Amino acid sequence: MNAHSEHHIVPKRVYFGVFATLIVLTWVTAWISTKDLGPLNIYVALSIAVFKASLVLLFFMHVKYGSKLTKFIVCIGIVWLLMLLFIAMIDIWTRSWMGVPGR
Amino acid sequence: MASDSAVASHGTHAHPGYGELRHHFENHEQQKDASTIGMWVFLLTELMFFGGLFLAYFVYRQWYPAAFASASNKTDLWLGAFNTTVLICSSLTMAMAVHAASTGKRILLVGFLIATLLLGGAFLGVKAYEYHDKWVHHEFPGEHFECEGCADEVHSQLFFSLYFGMTGLHASHMIIGFGILLVLIWQAWHGKFTEKWYTPIELFGLYWHFVDIVWIFLFPLLYLIDRSGRSLL
Repeated sequence: MNAHSEHHIVPKRVYFGVFATLIVLTWVTAWISTKDLGPLNIYVALSIAVFKASLVLLFFMHVKYGSKLTKFIVCIGIVWLLMLLFIAMIDIWTRSWMGVPGR
Repeated sequence: MASDSAVASHGTHAHPGYGELRHHFENHEQQKDASTIGMWVFLLTELMFFGGLFLAYFVYRQWYPAAFASASNKTDLWLGAFNTTVLICSSLTMAMAVHAASTGKRILLVGFLIATLLLGGAFLGVKAYEYHDKWVHHEFPGEHFECEGCADEVHSQLFFSLYFGMTGLHASHMIIGFGILLVLIWQAWHGKFTEKWYTPIELFGLYWHFVDIVWIFLFPLLYLIDRSGRSLL
């Protein structure tokens, strides 16, 4: 096996830093949602959520310190989910362009 | 255990504290890598499981934006933010439990696992209160559904179907987590884990954080649609 999978202990201050960021961003996203940003609201909310999820993945779930194979598997999962969401949504977003019955 | 002979047959010596080495693994490191990767593959199937519901959510939100906006405003924004905070706290205590396990601190490990269980329980308590509130206000989809002031009562039900479906699936994952946590607490108390072998603690940590990530997306998607009331004017 490679050197990546050596016993790795994440320092506690990393956990506390990630934790504080997650808490602050939770209240920031709740507060921003009450402001009218036009169509941008959902993009801001989802960007904050993606950033928070990345912090959890990388540090709490140790992906940053994991083997290359672990990183690869996580990326595959994200790509697969995005394929599910985007390929289906391309249909939904573009249906109205054609003027055909249905939504 | 049978592993002793298997270890011997590979020409390696037993490592105390590492736990049992199954005969099909070359060494403890390979065994741990395989367990971790197995857990990640399971989590990917979970991702696609939740992914289907997220897709349904995006499709219907695209089709009925006004219904989703007004129905979402029926949820309690600050209670949702508070509950998100509680769940993130339980993720921190879980991360600290893995840290305690990796440094061989048994009492600390048990303490953090119990804290994780209690915070998870607090989250579900708040969730139960929210469900009850929705129920008594007839905001549960079905025959008696009512949505006072909703833009589009028929399609508001779609929002609440997804609300209960998605948060319900999430809550059921937490309830399953409680069962596993109880077993882990019992095992940790009886000294099953050492600083060299705590794979079940680490893998359960992955599961718990995954459930946290799902909520990180559920919170903005269910609670935070059009809070400024733009489309409601």
